[in-house]
Amino acid sequence: MRALMIAGLKGDAAAYRALLSELSGHLRAYYRSKLVRAGRGTEEAEDLVQESLMAVHTRRHTYDPTQLLTPWVYAIARYKLIDHLRQSRSALANVPIEDASEIMAADGEPATESSLDLNKLLARLPDKVRLAIQYVKIERLSVVEAAARCGISESAIKINVHRGIKKLSAVISQEKMK
Amino acid sequence: MNTEELIDLLSTNIEPVDAQKVVRNLGVAITAGLVLALLTCIVTLGIRPDLDNPGVFGFLLVKIGFGSVVAFVGWHFLLKHARPGGENQSRIFLTAAPFAALMVLAGVNLISVPASHWGHLIMGEDWLGCLLSIPIIAVVPFAVITWAVRMAAPTNLHTGALAGLVAGGISAAAYALHCPNDSVPFIALWYSGTIVLCTLLGAAFGPRLLHW
Repeated sequence: MRALMIAGLKGDAAAYRALLSELSGHLRAYYRSKLVRAGRGTEEAEDLVQESLMAVHTRRHTYDPTQLLTPWVYAIARYKLIDHLRQSRSALANVPIEDASEIMAADGEPATESSLDLNKLLARLPDKVRLAIQYVKIERLSVVEAAARCGISESAIKINVHRGIKKLSAVISQEKMK
Repeated sequence: MNTEELIDLLSTNIEPVDAQKVVRNLGVAITAGLVLALLTCIVTLGIRPDLDNPGVFGFLLVKIGFGSVVAFVGWHFLLKHARPGGENQSRIFLTAAPFAALMVLAGVNLISVPASHWGHLIMGEDWLGCLLSIPIIAVVPFAVITWAVRMAAPTNLHTGALAGLVAGGISAAAYALHCPNDSVPFIALWYSGTIVLCTLLGAAFGPRLLHW
Protein backbone atom coordinates (compact mmCIF):
# COMPACT_ATOMS: atom_id res chain seq x y z
CA MET A 1 0.00 0.00 0.00
CA ARG A 2 2.88 2.31 0.76
CA ALA A 3 4.13 1.96 -2.81
CA LEU A 4 0.66 2.85 -4.08
CA MET A 5 0.60 5.92 -1.84
CA ILE A 6 3.99 7.09 -2.99
CA ALA A 7 2.99 6.62 -6.63
CA GLY A 8 -0.28 8.45 -5.88
CA LEU A 9 1.60 11.38 -4.38
CA LYS A 10 3.53 11.65 -7.61
CA GLY A 11 0.27 11.90 -9.55
CA ASP A 12 -0.39 8.27 -10.54
CA ALA A 13 -4.20 8.21 -10.50
CA ALA A 14 -4.57 4.45 -11.01
CA ALA A 15 -2.29 3.64 -8.09
CA TYR A 16 -4.03 6.22 -5.96
CA ARG A 17 -7.42 4.81 -6.81
CA ALA A 18 -6.27 1.31 -5.87
CA LEU A 19 -4.94 2.66 -2.60
CA LEU A 20 -8.18 4.42 -1.66
CA SER A 21 -10.18 1.29 -2.54
CA GLU A 22 -8.03 -0.89 -0.38
CA LEU A 23 -8.03 1.65 2.44
CA SER A 24 -11.79 1.98 2.34
CA GLY A 25 -12.17 -1.75 3.04
CA HIS A 26 -9.86 -1.56 6.03
CA LEU A 27 -11.47 1.61 7.32
CA ARG A 28 -14.96 0.14 7.02
CA ALA A 29 -14.08 -2.92 9.07
CA TYR A 30 -12.24 -0.76 11.59
CA TYR A 31 -15.14 1.64 12.10
CA ARG A 32 -17.74 -1.10 12.29
CA SER A 33 -15.91 -2.86 15.05
CA LYS A 34 -15.21 0.40 16.92
CA LEU A 35 -18.80 1.59 16.67
CA VAL A 36 -20.09 -1.71 17.96
CA ARG A 37 -17.66 -1.52 20.84
CA ALA A 38 -18.85 2.04 21.62
CA GLY A 39 -22.41 0.74 21.67
CA ARG A 40 -23.35 2.42 18.38
CA GLY A 41 -24.99 1.28 15.20
CA THR A 42 -22.79 0.29 12.27
CA GLU A 43 -24.81 2.45 9.87
CA GLU A 44 -22.62 5.42 10.84
CA ALA A 45 -19.55 3.54 9.64
CA GLU A 46 -19.88 4.54 6.00
CA ASP A 47 -20.05 8.24 6.85
CA LEU A 48 -16.85 7.84 8.83
CA VAL A 49 -15.18 5.89 6.03
CA GLN A 50 -15.96 8.66 3.58
CA GLU A 51 -14.91 11.35 5.98
CA SER A 52 -11.59 9.60 6.57
CA LEU A 53 -10.98 9.11 2.86
CA MET A 54 -11.56 12.81 2.42
CA ALA A 55 -9.14 13.54 5.25
CA VAL A 56 -6.54 11.17 3.81
CA HIS A 57 -6.92 12.89 0.47
CA THR A 58 -6.85 16.50 1.62
CA ARG A 59 -3.96 15.85 4.04
CA ARG A 60 -1.93 13.54 1.84
CA HIS A 61 0.87 16.10 1.73
CA THR A 62 1.44 15.37 5.44
CA TYR A 63 2.49 11.77 4.78
CA ASP A 64 6.23 11.42 5.09
CA PRO A 65 7.25 8.90 2.39
CA THR A 66 10.18 7.72 4.48
CA GLN A 67 7.81 6.45 7.16
CA LEU A 68 5.33 3.57 7.22
CA LEU A 69 1.89 4.32 5.83
CA THR A 70 -0.19 2.35 8.33
CA PRO A 71 0.45 4.48 11.44
CA TRP A 72 -0.33 7.60 9.45
CA VAL A 73 -3.67 6.25 8.20
CA TYR A 74 -4.49 4.82 11.59
CA ALA A 75 -3.87 8.15 13.32
CA ILE A 76 -6.25 9.89 10.91
CA ALA A 77 -8.89 7.18 11.26
CA ARG A 78 -8.73 7.29 15.04
CA TYR A 79 -8.78 11.10 15.08
CA LYS A 80 -11.94 11.14 12.97
CA LEU A 81 -13.54 8.50 15.15
CA ILE A 82 -12.87 10.46 18.33
CA ASP A 83 -14.28 13.58 16.68
CA HIS A 84 -17.33 11.69 15.60
CA LEU A 85 -18.01 10.24 19.03
CA ARG A 86 -17.40 13.58 20.70
CA GLN A 87 -19.68 15.47 18.33
CA SER A 88 -22.45 12.99 18.73
CA ARG A 89 -21.93 13.26 22.46
CA SER A 90 -21.62 9.58 23.08
CA ALA A 91 -19.41 7.87 25.61
CA LEU A 92 -16.87 10.65 25.86
CA ALA A 93 -14.34 9.73 23.23
CA ASN A 94 -13.07 6.79 25.13
CA VAL A 95 -11.16 5.22 22.29
CA PRO A 96 -8.39 2.98 23.51
CA ILE A 97 -5.02 3.26 21.85
CA GLU A 98 -4.27 -0.02 20.15
CA ASP A 99 -1.66 -1.25 17.88
CA ALA A 100 -1.75 0.44 14.51
CA SER A 101 -1.67 -3.02 12.94
CA GLU A 102 -5.26 -3.53 14.06
CA ILE A 103 -6.55 -1.37 11.27
CA MET A 104 -4.88 -3.57 8.71
CA ALA A 105 -5.93 -6.84 10.35
CA ALA A 106 -9.57 -6.33 9.48
CA ASP A 107 -10.96 -7.57 6.18
CA GLY A 108 -12.67 -5.33 3.70
CA GLU A 109 -16.43 -5.40 3.45
CA PRO A 110 -18.52 -4.20 0.51
CA ALA A 111 -19.19 -0.49 0.25
CA THR A 112 -22.58 0.83 1.17
CA GLU A 113 -24.30 4.18 0.85
CA SER A 114 -23.47 6.88 3.33
CA SER A 115 -25.99 9.43 4.48
CA LEU A 116 -24.17 12.09 2.48
CA ASP A 117 -25.60 13.26 -0.81
CA LEU A 118 -22.86 14.30 -3.20
CA ASN A 119 -25.12 16.49 -5.31
CA LYS A 120 -26.40 18.39 -2.30
CA LEU A 121 -22.86 18.83 -1.03
CA LEU A 122 -21.70 20.08 -4.41
CA ALA A 123 -24.60 22.51 -4.55
CA ARG A 124 -23.16 24.26 -1.52
CA LEU A 125 -19.93 25.15 -3.30
CA PRO A 126 -19.45 28.42 -5.19
CA ASP A 127 -20.33 28.06 -8.91
CA LYS A 128 -16.77 28.31 -10.26
CA VAL A 129 -15.48 25.74 -7.83
CA ARG A 130 -18.40 23.41 -8.41
CA LEU A 131 -17.96 23.52 -12.17
CA ALA A 132 -14.25 22.80 -11.87
CA ILE A 133 -15.02 19.71 -9.77
CA GLN A 134 -17.84 18.71 -12.10
CA TYR A 135 -15.66 18.84 -15.20
CA VAL A 136 -12.36 17.55 -13.87
CA LYS A 137 -13.44 15.13 -11.19
CA ILE A 138 -16.82 13.82 -12.33
CA GLU A 139 -16.87 14.16 -16.10
CA ARG A 140 -13.14 13.38 -16.18
CA LEU A 141 -12.23 16.10 -18.59
CA SER A 142 -8.60 17.07 -18.67
CA VAL A 143 -7.58 20.30 -17.02
CA VAL A 144 -6.99 21.80 -20.46
CA GLU A 145 -10.54 20.98 -21.62
CA ALA A 146 -12.08 22.19 -18.39
CA ALA A 147 -10.14 25.43 -18.64
CA ALA A 148 -11.45 25.93 -22.20
CA ARG A 149 -15.03 25.29 -21.12
CA CYS A 150 -14.90 27.60 -18.14
CA GLY A 151 -12.93 30.21 -20.02
CA ILE A 152 -10.29 30.49 -17.31
CA SER A 153 -6.66 29.46 -17.07
CA GLU A 154 -5.48 25.93 -16.32
CA SER A 155 -3.92 26.96 -13.05
CA ALA A 156 -7.22 28.58 -12.00
CA ILE A 157 -8.96 25.25 -12.67
CA LYS A 158 -6.39 23.39 -10.60
CA ILE A 159 -6.78 25.86 -7.75
CA ASN A 160 -10.57 25.61 -7.90
CA VAL A 161 -10.47 21.81 -7.82
CA HIS A 162 -8.10 21.89 -4.88
CA ARG A 163 -10.23 24.38 -3.00
CA GLY A 164 -13.41 22.54 -3.87
CA ILE A 165 -12.20 19.23 -2.46
CA LYS A 166 -11.03 20.91 0.72
CA LYS A 167 -14.34 22.69 1.00
CA LEU A 168 -16.26 19.46 0.43
CA SER A 169 -14.25 17.85 3.18
CA ALA A 170 -15.09 20.74 5.51
CA VAL A 171 -18.77 20.63 4.54
CA ILE A 172 -18.93 16.91 5.29
CA SER A 173 -17.51 17.51 8.75
CA GLN A 174 -19.97 20.34 9.39
CA GLU A 175 -22.87 18.26 8.18
CA LYS A 176 -22.25 15.85 11.02
CA MET A 177 -22.33 18.51 13.70
CA LYS A 178 -25.99 19.12 13.00
CA MET B 1 -23.27 8.75 -1.74
CA ASN B 2 -21.56 5.47 -2.43
CA THR B 3 -17.96 5.20 -1.32
CA GLU B 4 -16.92 4.04 -4.78
CA GLU B 5 -18.28 7.30 -6.12
CA LEU B 6 -16.19 9.26 -3.66
CA ILE B 7 -13.07 7.27 -4.51
CA ASP B 8 -13.65 8.03 -8.19
CA LEU B 9 -14.07 11.67 -7.39
CA LEU B 10 -10.92 11.88 -5.30
CA SER B 11 -8.66 9.85 -7.58
CA THR B 12 -9.63 11.34 -10.94
CA ASN B 13 -7.13 13.74 -12.50
CA ILE B 14 -5.00 14.09 -9.39
CA GLU B 15 -2.08 16.44 -9.25
CA PRO B 16 1.34 15.52 -7.88
CA VAL B 17 1.76 16.54 -4.26
CA ASP B 18 4.62 18.51 -2.81
CA ALA B 19 6.04 16.13 -0.18
CA GLN B 20 8.22 18.84 1.36
CA LYS B 21 5.32 21.12 2.19
CA VAL B 22 5.15 20.30 5.90
CA VAL B 23 8.88 20.74 6.42
CA ARG B 24 8.97 23.94 4.41
CA ASN B 25 5.95 25.52 6.09
CA LEU B 26 7.40 24.85 9.51
CA GLY B 27 10.77 26.20 8.47
CA VAL B 28 9.20 29.37 7.13
CA ALA B 29 7.05 29.77 10.25
CA ILE B 30 9.97 29.35 12.65
CA THR B 31 12.19 31.72 10.70
CA ALA B 32 9.39 34.28 10.50
CA GLY B 33 8.70 33.79 14.22
CA LEU B 34 12.35 34.45 15.04
CA VAL B 35 12.49 37.60 12.93
CA LEU B 36 9.25 38.91 14.45
CA ALA B 37 10.45 38.14 17.98
CA LEU B 38 13.73 39.96 17.35
CA LEU B 39 11.87 42.96 15.95
CA THR B 40 9.47 43.03 18.89
CA CYS B 41 12.34 42.96 21.35
CA ILE B 42 14.47 45.55 19.55
CA VAL B 43 11.60 47.96 18.92
CA THR B 44 9.82 47.77 22.28
CA LEU B 45 12.65 47.00 24.72
CA GLY B 46 15.79 47.96 22.85
CA ILE B 47 19.19 46.25 22.81
CA ARG B 48 21.25 46.54 25.98
CA PRO B 49 23.86 49.28 25.58
CA ASP B 50 26.93 47.53 27.01
CA LEU B 51 27.41 44.82 24.40
CA ASP B 52 30.91 45.98 23.44
CA ASN B 53 32.16 44.61 26.77
CA PRO B 54 33.58 41.10 26.00
CA GLY B 55 32.25 39.55 29.21
CA VAL B 56 28.77 40.85 28.53
CA PHE B 57 28.96 39.67 24.95
CA GLY B 58 30.00 36.18 26.07
CA PHE B 59 27.00 35.99 28.34
CA LEU B 60 24.76 37.20 25.56
CA LEU B 61 25.92 34.21 23.53
CA VAL B 62 25.12 31.83 26.40
CA LYS B 63 21.59 33.17 26.64
CA ILE B 64 21.00 33.20 22.90
CA GLY B 65 22.53 29.75 22.70
CA PHE B 66 20.20 28.35 25.35
CA GLY B 67 17.06 29.73 23.70
CA SER B 68 18.23 28.56 20.29
CA VAL B 69 19.04 25.03 21.44
CA VAL B 70 15.65 24.73 23.13
CA ALA B 71 13.92 25.98 19.98
CA PHE B 72 16.02 23.77 17.73
CA VAL B 73 15.36 20.59 19.70
CA GLY B 74 11.66 21.49 19.85
CA TRP B 75 11.63 22.06 16.10
CA HIS B 76 13.12 18.61 15.54
CA PHE B 77 10.29 16.97 17.48
CA LEU B 78 7.65 19.27 16.06
CA LEU B 79 8.54 18.06 12.58
CA LYS B 80 7.54 14.57 13.67
CA HIS B 81 4.63 15.35 15.97
CA ALA B 82 2.89 17.74 13.66
CA ARG B 83 1.95 14.98 11.23
CA PRO B 84 -0.73 12.36 11.79
CA GLY B 85 0.67 9.47 13.81
CA GLY B 86 4.03 11.20 14.29
CA GLU B 87 3.80 11.08 18.07
CA ASN B 88 4.50 7.36 18.03
CA GLN B 89 8.09 7.56 17.02
CA SER B 90 9.98 10.03 19.08
CA ARG B 91 11.97 10.35 22.25
CA ILE B 92 10.24 13.47 23.41
CA PHE B 93 11.98 13.51 26.80
CA LEU B 94 15.09 14.80 25.01
CA THR B 95 13.45 18.24 24.91
CA ALA B 96 14.33 18.46 28.61
CA ALA B 97 18.07 18.00 27.96
CA PRO B 98 18.99 21.68 27.42
CA PHE B 99 17.17 22.58 30.64
CA ALA B 100 18.98 19.87 32.59
CA ALA B 101 22.34 21.00 31.20
CA LEU B 102 21.68 24.59 32.24
CA MET B 103 20.57 23.50 35.72
CA VAL B 104 23.86 21.63 36.17
CA LEU B 105 25.84 24.73 35.13
CA ALA B 106 23.81 26.87 37.51
CA GLY B 107 24.42 24.37 40.31
CA VAL B 108 28.19 24.41 39.71
CA ASN B 109 28.09 28.20 39.67
CA LEU B 110 26.19 28.38 42.97
CA ILE B 111 28.48 25.92 44.75
CA SER B 112 31.50 28.02 43.84
CA VAL B 113 30.23 31.16 45.59
CA PRO B 114 29.21 31.84 49.19
CA ALA B 115 25.57 31.17 49.96
CA SER B 116 25.03 34.83 50.83
CA HIS B 117 25.36 35.68 47.10
CA TRP B 118 22.80 33.13 46.01
CA GLY B 119 19.79 35.35 46.36
CA HIS B 120 21.26 38.02 44.14
CA LEU B 121 22.53 35.49 41.55
CA ILE B 122 19.16 33.80 41.27
CA MET B 123 16.77 36.73 41.52
CA GLY B 124 18.81 39.53 39.96
CA GLU B 125 17.09 42.91 39.64
CA ASP B 126 15.05 42.25 36.57
CA TRP B 127 13.24 38.98 37.07
CA LEU B 128 9.85 40.60 36.54
CA GLY B 129 10.91 41.98 33.15
CA CYS B 130 12.05 38.53 32.13
CA LEU B 131 8.94 36.86 33.47
CA LEU B 132 6.66 39.16 31.47
CA SER B 133 8.73 39.77 28.35
CA ILE B 134 9.49 36.21 27.25
CA PRO B 135 5.87 34.99 27.21
CA ILE B 136 4.65 38.22 25.58
CA ILE B 137 7.32 38.17 22.86
CA ALA B 138 6.44 34.50 22.29
CA VAL B 139 2.83 35.23 21.33
CA VAL B 140 3.46 36.16 17.70
CA PRO B 141 5.92 33.32 16.97
CA PHE B 142 3.46 30.94 18.61
CA ALA B 143 0.67 32.11 16.35
CA VAL B 144 2.78 31.70 13.21
CA ILE B 145 4.08 28.28 14.26
CA THR B 146 0.57 27.12 15.17
CA TRP B 147 -0.60 28.09 11.70
CA ALA B 148 2.09 25.90 10.12
CA VAL B 149 1.52 23.00 12.50
CA ARG B 150 -2.19 23.02 11.82
CA MET B 151 -1.52 22.53 8.11
CA ALA B 152 0.38 19.38 8.98
CA ALA B 153 -2.81 17.95 10.56
CA PRO B 154 -1.54 16.83 13.98
CA THR B 155 -3.59 14.01 15.48
CA ASN B 156 -2.05 14.42 18.89
CA LEU B 157 -3.20 17.74 20.25
CA HIS B 158 -0.40 17.85 22.81
CA THR B 159 1.57 19.07 19.83
CA GLY B 160 0.51 22.52 21.07
CA ALA B 161 2.98 22.12 23.92
CA LEU B 162 5.82 21.66 21.44
CA ALA B 163 4.70 24.73 19.51
CA GLY B 164 4.76 26.65 22.80
CA LEU B 165 8.22 25.32 23.60
CA VAL B 166 9.66 26.42 20.26
CA ALA B 167 8.01 29.84 20.53
CA GLY B 168 9.34 30.19 24.08
CA GLY B 169 12.87 29.26 23.00
CA ILE B 170 12.78 31.75 20.14
CA SER B 171 11.42 34.42 22.42
CA ALA B 172 14.11 33.80 25.05
CA ALA B 173 16.85 34.06 22.42
CA ALA B 174 15.37 37.36 21.24
CA TYR B 175 14.92 38.73 24.77
CA ALA B 176 18.58 37.98 25.48
CA LEU B 177 19.45 41.04 23.37
CA HIS B 178 17.80 43.23 25.98
CA CYS B 179 18.21 41.22 29.18
CA PRO B 180 20.64 43.06 31.50
CA ASN B 181 21.29 40.10 33.81
CA ASP B 182 24.48 38.06 33.45
CA SER B 183 24.12 35.19 35.89
CA VAL B 184 23.78 31.50 35.02
CA PRO B 185 21.46 30.72 37.97
CA PHE B 186 19.23 33.62 36.90
CA ILE B 187 18.97 32.22 33.37
CA ALA B 188 18.43 28.71 34.69
CA LEU B 189 15.47 29.84 36.76
CA TRP B 190 13.81 32.61 34.78
CA TYR B 191 14.57 31.66 31.19
CA SER B 192 13.72 28.01 31.83
CA GLY B 193 10.69 28.94 33.88
CA THR B 194 9.23 31.27 31.28
CA ILE B 195 9.89 28.79 28.46
CA VAL B 196 8.13 26.09 30.49
CA LEU B 197 5.28 28.54 31.02
CA CYS B 198 5.05 29.06 27.24
CA THR B 199 5.01 25.28 26.82
CA LEU B 200 2.15 24.92 29.30
CA LEU B 201 0.19 27.70 27.61
CA GLY B 202 0.77 25.99 24.28
CA ALA B 203 -0.52 22.75 25.75
CA ALA B 204 -3.58 24.53 27.13
CA PHE B 205 -4.50 26.26 23.86
CA GLY B 206 -3.30 23.50 21.56
CA PRO B 207 -6.41 21.33 21.39
CA ARG B 208 -8.58 24.28 20.37
CA LEU B 209 -6.13 25.93 18.00
CA LEU B 210 -4.84 22.82 16.31
CA HIS B 211 -8.11 21.02 15.71
CA TRP B 212 -8.69 20.28 12.03
